[in-house]
Amino acid sequence: MNQLLRFTTAGSVDDGKSTLIGRLLYDSKSIFEDQLEAVTASSAKKGFDYVDLSLLTDGLKSEREQGITIDVAYRYFATPKRKFIIADTPGHIQYTRNMVTGASTANLALILIDARKGLIEQTFRHSFIASLLKIPHVIVCVNKMDLVNYDEKVFDKIVQDYKAFSSKLEVSDIQFVPISALNGDNVVNRSDNMHWYQGATLLHMLESVHIESDYNHIDSRFPVQYVVRPQTNEHQDFRGYAGRVAGGIFRPGDEVLVLPSGFTSKIKTIEVNGEKLNEAFAPMSVIITLEDEIDISRGDIISKPNNQPEVAQDIDVMLCWMNQRSVNLNSKFYVRHTTHETRGVLKEIQYKLDINSLQRVEGVEQLVMNDIARVKLRTAKPLSFDSYRKNRITGSLILVDEGTNETVAAGMIV
Amino acid sequence: MSQYYLSHLQELESEAIYVIREVVAQFEKPALLFSGGKDSIVLAYLSRKAFYPARIPFPLVHIDTGHNFPETMEYRDWLISELGVQLIVGSVQESIDKGRVKEETGYNASRNALQTVTLLDTIEKHKYDAAMGGARRDEEKARAKERFFSHRDEFGQWDPKNQRPELWNIFNGRKNQGEHFRVFPISNWTEMDVWQYLYTENIPIPKLYYAHEREVIARDGTLLSTSPWLKLKPDEKPMIKRVRFRTCGDMPITGAVESDADTMEKIIAEVAASRKTERGTRADDKRGETAMEDRKKSGYF
Repeated sequence: MNQLLRFTTAGSVDDGKSTLIGRLLYDSKSIFEDQLEAVTASSAKKGFDYVDLSLLTDGLKSEREQGITIDVAYRYFATPKRKFIIADTPGHIQYTRNMVTGASTANLALILIDARKGLIEQTFRHSFIASLLKIPHVIVCVNKMDLVNYDEKVFDKIVQDYKAFSSKLEVSDIQFVPISALNGDNVVNRSDNMHWYQGATLLHMLESVHIESDYNHIDSRFPVQYVVRPQTNEHQDFRGYAGRVAGGIFRPGDEVLVLPSGFTSKIKTIEVNGEKLNEAFAPMSVIITLEDEIDISRGDIISKPNNQPEVAQDIDVMLCWMNQRSVNLNSKFYVRHTTHETRGVLKEIQYKLDINSLQRVEGVEQLVMNDIARVKLRTAKPLSFDSYRKNRITGSLILVDEGTNETVAAGMIV
Repeated sequence: MSQYYLSHLQELESEAIYVIREVVAQFEKPALLFSGGKDSIVLAYLSRKAFYPARIPFPLVHIDTGHNFPETMEYRDWLISELGVQLIVGSVQESIDKGRVKEETGYNASRNALQTVTLLDTIEKHKYDAAMGGARRDEEKARAKERFFSHRDEFGQWDPKNQRPELWNIFNGRKNQGEHFRVFPISNWTEMDVWQYLYTENIPIPKLYYAHEREVIARDGTLLSTSPWLKLKPDEKPMIKRVRFRTCGDMPITGAVESDADTMEKIIAEVAASRKTERGTRADDKRGETAMEDRKKSGYF
C-alpha cells in the first residue's frame, strides 16, 4: 500500500530550499514538459545560463516579483513507493506563523543547513518549530556540499553541532544527509563526489521513514462532527455520529463514554457508505451508531470509560500569535478545538519564548505577531482534550477574533 | 486489518469526507459547484459517502455556459437521478441576455470568464454561504496556495495575500453577513489520485474522457472539437481523429489529445506516462502567466 507522507520545508532566500524542491520534483520525474518549458524560458529571460529549478516553486505574482515565498505553498509528487505533500514555507522570522501552519500537518520536517555557514539562527528557529509542533521526524540536509569540496569533515562537524543543540529539543528521530541540491548529489541519485557517505539519499529516507506510528492508536477519541439522521422510510430510526477518528481503535461492541455529558453506551456499528467495518482508527472518517439513544451533538467526544481525555476550563497552552493586531491580557475569542467551539479569555501570559535562543522572557503583557508564548486560557464551557504531546488532534486549538472572524492564534495544549 | 495505517488514497478520501462534513456542520446553506468534470464527479460521490444513508444535504449547482459538450449534459442529468440530489442551474446565456456580461468575439472567444458573474449572481440569488468546488492545488500555481476553507468578501473576491492561516484540521468558517466561502475538499489530490479513485470506486464518467472518433481542428498546439461555437480560421480544416479529453470544460476551449485509451486502465497508464499537465490543453490558462490568479481574485471557481 502506498502511503502518504506530508513534510514541511522552511528556508530563507539563498539557502537553496526552492532549488532542493525543484530537484526532488525534477529528478523524481514529477515535472511536466510544459512546466519545464515555462521555467526554461523564464531562466533564459533572466539571463541565467542554467535552468533555475527554483522557479518551479514560484507561486503568486507578488512572490515572483520579490523572488521569495511568502505564503505556505503545497506541492505534490509521487514515487512508486509513496505519495508526498510538501508544505513549502518561507524561513524568515517574520513568517513564523507560516512555518507553524506548514508544520501543523507534517509527518516530517526538512531542515536545510548551508555547509559553508553551519548552524545559524534560522536552523535553531526551524528546529524549534518542528519540535514545538511535534513533527515526529526530522531530516537535516547539509546543502551546498559542492561549495566545500564535498568535505567529510565539514559534514561531521555540522552533525555534531546539531546533535548537541537538538538534545534540548523534543525530536526523537533525526537523520542527516550531505547534499548538493544544485547538482543533485544525494537528493534522488547517489553522489559520486562523496564516497565517504554510506547513508541513504534524501529521497530514500523520505520513502522509508516509519510513519505508521505517527497517529495515536492507543487513546480512543472520536470528536463528533455531525449527526446523520436520514428520516426516510427505509432508515427511519437511523441515528449515526459522523466524525474522523482522532486516536485509538474503535470496534463494534466497545463500551464508550461520551464527553462532556458522561453518558455511556456500546458501539452498535461502525460504517461508511453502508458498509460495516470491524474497526476504525485515526485518521478514518466513519459513522458510529450506538446501542442506546443518548443525547449527542457536534463537539462531543466519544471515548472509552477506562481511557478518557481531560475535561477542564482552565487550560495551559503554548500559543503562536498570528495576527497583525497585538493581543493583551483578558482579550476574548472564540476557541475552536476539534469540532467544538466555545468562547475563551486570555487569563495569563506566563512567559514568551525567544525562538532563536530559546530563552524565556517573563513579565510580558502583550503578544505581537509571530510571538510564541506559554499562556493560560479560561474557556466558557469545558474542553475535552489531551496534551498536544499525546495527541496532535485533540491537543490543538485555534483562536478566532470575535470581530473580524480571522484565525488569530494557534495553540498547543501543554 | 492488522496494520493500522491507510493507503494514500484512503487517507485523501477520509480527509475530503471530513471537509465536506465540516461544511455542512458549519454553514447554513452550502452547495456543490458541479461542472461535469471528473473532479466534481469525485466530489459528488464523496458527498454521498459522507452522509449515507442520508441523502446529500445540499444541491449541485451547475454554471451552464451554454457551450457544453452534449455528453456532459447527458451525464449530469443521469448523475442527478442516480444520487437523488437537487440540481440548480445558473445560466450564462441568461446573464448575457440581461446585459450582466458581454459576449467575447473573435476566433478565441470563450464564455469561460463570463462564468464568474453568473456564478456570483447564482450564489447571491440562492444565498449560498459555502460553495464547494473540485479545484486541486496541483493544477495551477495560484491554486497551490489556496486554503481548504477560502474566504470571499462581499464582492466574492479572493485576497491571496490576506488569507486566514489554516492549521491542523481545524477549519474556520466564521464570516460576516454577505460574505461566503469557497471550499475545496480535494485540495490535496493530484490528477492521478482522481483517476485512481474513479477506477477503484468504479465511478462512471462522461464518455468524453474515453478515446473516441471526433471531428477536430488543430489550433495553437491543441486539438479543438468542431462545434457551432467554434469559428474556423480560413486555413483550418476539420479532420477526424481518435481523441479523448483530459479535462471537461467548455467545448470551444477544451483541447483534446490523440489517444487510444478507451478503458479506465488505459487512461491511467496514459496519465502516468504523460509529460504534459492537464491544464496544458486549456486555452483559458494560456492567456498570460497569471491568468488563473487574476481570475481567482475576481471570484472565479
